[in-house]
Amino acid sequence: MGSANTPLATATSLAIMTRDLNLWYGDFQALFDVDLDIKSGIITALIGPSGCGKSTLLRSVNRITERLGYVRTGGSIHVHGKNILDPDVELLQVRRQNGMVFQRPNPLPLSIRDNVTFGYRLHREERGRLARAERDRIVEESLTKVLLWDAVKDKLDQPAIELSLEEQQKLCIARLLPMRPQLLLMDEPCSALDPQATSAIEELIWDLRGEYTVVLVTHNMAQARRASDECIFMLMGRVIEHSDTGRMFVTPTHTETADYIEGRYG
Amino acid sequence: MTSDVAPRTSPLSDLDRRDAAWYWDKLAQVLILVAGLSGIVAVIGIFVFITKEGFGFISESLIPAEFFGSIAWRPTSETRPTYGILALAAGTASVTGLAMLIAVPFSLGAAIYIGEFAEGKTREALKVLVELLAAIPSVVWGFIGMTILNPLIIDVFDVPVGLSVLNAGVILGLMAAPIMTTIAEDALKAVPDGYREAAEAMGATRWQVIFQVVLPAAKKGLVAAVLLGVGRGFGETMAVLMASGHAINLPTSPFDSVRAITATIAAELGETAHGSEHYKALFTLGILLFAVTFVINLTADIVVRGRSRKKR
Repeated sequence: MGSANTPLATATSLAIMTRDLNLWYGDFQALFDVDLDIKSGIITALIGPSGCGKSTLLRSVNRITERLGYVRTGGSIHVHGKNILDPDVELLQVRRQNGMVFQRPNPLPLSIRDNVTFGYRLHREERGRLARAERDRIVEESLTKVLLWDAVKDKLDQPAIELSLEEQQKLCIARLLPMRPQLLLMDEPCSALDPQATSAIEELIWDLRGEYTVVLVTHNMAQARRASDECIFMLMGRVIEHSDTGRMFVTPTHTETADYIEGRYG
Repeated sequence: MTSDVAPRTSPLSDLDRRDAAWYWDKLAQVLILVAGLSGIVAVIGIFVFITKEGFGFISESLIPAEFFGSIAWRPTSETRPTYGILALAAGTASVTGLAMLIAVPFSLGAAIYIGEFAEGKTREALKVLVELLAAIPSVVWGFIGMTILNPLIIDVFDVPVGLSVLNAGVILGLMAAPIMTTIAEDALKAVPDGYREAAEAMGATRWQVIFQVVLPAAKKGLVAAVLLGVGRGFGETMAVLMASGHAINLPTSPFDSVRAITATIAAELGETAHGSEHYKALFTLGILLFAVTFVINLTADIVVRGRSRKKR
């Protein structure tokens, strides 16, 4: 608990720092005293059995959890040194800066182009229509970044729902980039995809590493092992172990972690 | 031990066994088929009936220029009966148009509130109330138009008669709104929640989510809701008969009394001799109504299906 007074210098070098984070869905407590320090610029995987709270933790950083009126959150979540649960923090800005990618690709029912610019249009300062040149630049940059530009550059006006699932998920990542997010929070981004698409998305996540801080919830042990720098193991709403991915998979320090990784439960 | 066990019947002897469930299933299939066909038979039957009754007028006495171009609906004239539906059509169109001007914003607003904002008990209560509103008999609406709205309009606007386009339009708008609300709300509910979540996770406000994501996604359902409301207004009879003033008139202001096609049929059919020219002319009006509502419903259907078919 003494860690609550961590000096600010350390706090800012961390992408996410949670202290005493508790979260309730009505009467059900989903997170218990979560203290985490997630480093900036790397990929951190959240693993654990179903219902362990890993998705809840991820979603609470975007505060999309608050869509449900009966959710209560206690404690603090510092993102780059600022507690996003502070009353003076604007919810919409939190969501803009901490981009979410969901389990099922959920492109909006708009054209590919409008999907990419949607978030950007919501948050830009000036009013009125987006200038064509600016729009085209944003669309090309974002889609190039997610390795989708060549595949869709000739059909930007088509509905995004017509793309394959892999392309849809890439688009869902691409639409966050124009908003200049600090974090990319990915909630099992490959669970609806086939193995080839999964490896394409993993490569993309690996490409984004460094420029963005990525937190990746996954059910897939192999994915956590090959696609993350650090790994956090959660069980029943608590963080059990947080270490280097290599170390966690070779020499886990807790028996629960070892048992889960070896597939004895979960 | 083994003696207690009944000898197993050969599996082959059991393969053609039909138990009660099999017969019930067959019976249910037949019943459902009959129920389904009965709807089609009824529609075709109605169409054949009104066509048969009205066809004599169309082939013998109908003068297109007079029928569509004249405002004189004088079927009971001793010297020369004329059958001009222009004023009646204008009456129906003006009342329906005003009703839609009122009903569309109200019902879409109500649907958005119920579907996107209201929660828990408020939402359930509102849905029940809206459905209850849809169940009010039209004669009661007509009664409200005559006894409440009529004096109110006379008072507020200082006009001699309160039974007018305005009165009937308001009443019809209130009548059509609940159905439109229910259908529009269904359309909003059919929009996957993932769209809302995606937009909200990017920092969109509720209004931005609704206007930029939900409404465009529900567009075809909303258009269908409006068209069905138009169809409802078009075919409504009793309330319009009571609230419109029932005077043959080309309306020039909302305070003019008008007469609707439907109301004409309802008011006159009982007083015509079976098989007379007047009787057949009224059935011709019925064919016209049937055709227009058919086209409206068909358009609604095409709007709803055409787009979803393109997407698959």
